[in-house]
Amino acid sequence: MIEKQLSVFIENRTGRLGEVLQVLKDSEVNIQSLSLADTTEYGLLRLIVDKPEIGKERLAAAGFSSMLTDVLIVRIPHNPGGLQNILKTVAEKNISVEYMYGLTITGDEASVVMKTSDLAKACEAFKE
Amino acid sequence: MIWNETKECMSREEMQNLQSARLRKLVDYVYHNVEFYRKKMQAIGLLPTDIKGIEDIEKLPFTTKDDLRDTYPFGLFAVPQSQIVRIHASSGTTGKATVVGYTRRDLDIWAECVARCMTMAGIGRHDVIQIAYGYGLFTGGLGAHNGAEKIGAMVVPMSTGNSKKLTTMMVDFGATAIACTPSYLLHISEVLQEEGLLDKIKLKAAVCGAEPWTEKMRQEIEKRLNVHAHDIYGLSEVMGPGVACDCEEHAGLHVCEDHFFPEIVDPKTLKGVADGETGELVFTTLTKEGLPLIRYRTKDLTSITREKCACGRTSARISRFKGRSDDMLIIRGVNVFPSQVEAALVNVEEVAPHYMIVVDRVNNLDTMEVQVELNSEFYTDEIRGIERLTKKIAHAISQAIGLNAKITIVQPGSLKRSEGKAVHVIDKRKYD
Ligand SMILES: [Zn+2]
Ligand SMILES: [Zn+2]
Repeated sequence: MIEKQLSVFIENRTGRLGEVLQVLKDSEVNIQSLSLADTTEYGLLRLIVDKPEIGKERLAAAGFSSMLTDVLIVRIPHNPGGLQNILKTVAEKNISVEYMYGLTITGDEASVVMKTSDLAKACEAFKE
Repeated sequence: MIWNETKECMSREEMQNLQSARLRKLVDYVYHNVEFYRKKMQAIGLLPTDIKGIEDIEKLPFTTKDDLRDTYPFGLFAVPQSQIVRIHASSGTTGKATVVGYTRRDLDIWAECVARCMTMAGIGRHDVIQIAYGYGLFTGGLGAHNGAEKIGAMVVPMSTGNSKKLTTMMVDFGATAIACTPSYLLHISEVLQEEGLLDKIKLKAAVCGAEPWTEKMRQEIEKRLNVHAHDIYGLSEVMGPGVACDCEEHAGLHVCEDHFFPEIVDPKTLKGVADGETGELVFTTLTKEGLPLIRYRTKDLTSITREKCACGRTSARISRFKGRSDDMLIIRGVNVFPSQVEAALVNVEEVAPHYMIVVDRVNNLDTMEVQVELNSEFYTDEIRGIERLTKKIAHAISQAIGLNAKITIVQPGSLKRSEGKAVHVIDKRKYD
């Protein structure tokens, strides 16, 4: 399943992450998953939210660089080797994974968020 | 020791007569050889014969760095190209360099002036001197080099960039003198300390310049290295290092005023100020053939005294520099105008037109950071993308100014906007 991910550029200054979360809270945007990639200079916050467009708009108004990116949400069986199978599938199709992070784990199923080189192709691969 | 007692210790009256004679000759020379000056003089109805003595210098129009830029590359040269034997250049604000040319005689006079400065610093033929200014288009390396050769010292042309090699050779060759930027010398002193070489060096004199430094920094260098540290001044347009230097009294920089006539003017009214008062330093090159300059505005702020120095020299002394009348920064000895950084950023479509330059001095080395805002449309959600972009910006800036700057991407709108004149520079270095 392809979904819109909201990502935000965060300067490495104290309180910046909190500010982003505050904006989302005030806009009643619910966060389902989050990953923070950071370097010594800045951070990239990636979010799966229920209302990405509204989130982006409000963040822009608050002075944050943000963007919407198509990412793949993949359900994987919650057992050993589940994730490895997924990666094998994409590797076989010559699709490269740019980044990924966990979404939810419920009962015996888990989901991951993936950004891959050819999203449509990857999506097809998982349907097979 | 005084290198040229005749010139450095003449009475004020003799000096004025010499300057007057040289100015008359210079004005006649530029009027007939440089169209730019002739037109400027004609525009105000001034003839070479109107200049009778040094006191008439105020009748002449000023020359600025813009004039050099507008006539790039050789427009202000007063001799045919065949007589130019050397070119130097400094980076310009619009990507165009400021080009200076020297005839053989110009180079001789330059070496003479540097020889006076080196002698002021107590350096002579028995010394071993490391020249650790950059060699190349920058005037520092070759300028100091030729003067050091002239006094007969053993010259080690180190250039810049390899502190380890420099400290090793300093010990192995028994170097007694060094010429480099003051911040680099402080850095060297730390390297020496780390390597446990401080008590193995024979250094006794340092000739430092090409960037502003404080009296405190000078004393710090003297203490750390147990040397006498001297301030050498110059700018490529006028000649290069060697226009002025301080003697063992450290009571101001003696100007080689038989070659470079100094004036101090109010930067706003452009009227001369009294001795002792601070203003912008203006130079007229009295003897230069290749690129003679009439009343060249240096933008450096200082004051002047014409009182005889305790060292015996009578030449005018300018005080330690008190800043600039424009926004030029000197970073690691390189002249940087914020407008150069701005011009480089304009060509990078991913960044917004706001920027901030933060200059600091960390471990005695200048650091430069450029903060930029990303244009939201070019925002990427990949670290790789941002990394690629910072590299691109860093490259554009280093191409423009010849220095590597650290690039920091900040949130859109976070850089201070000010009404009126924008503030683009935060200089955290301390000059006292
Ligand atoms: Zn001293
Ligand atoms: Zn003196």
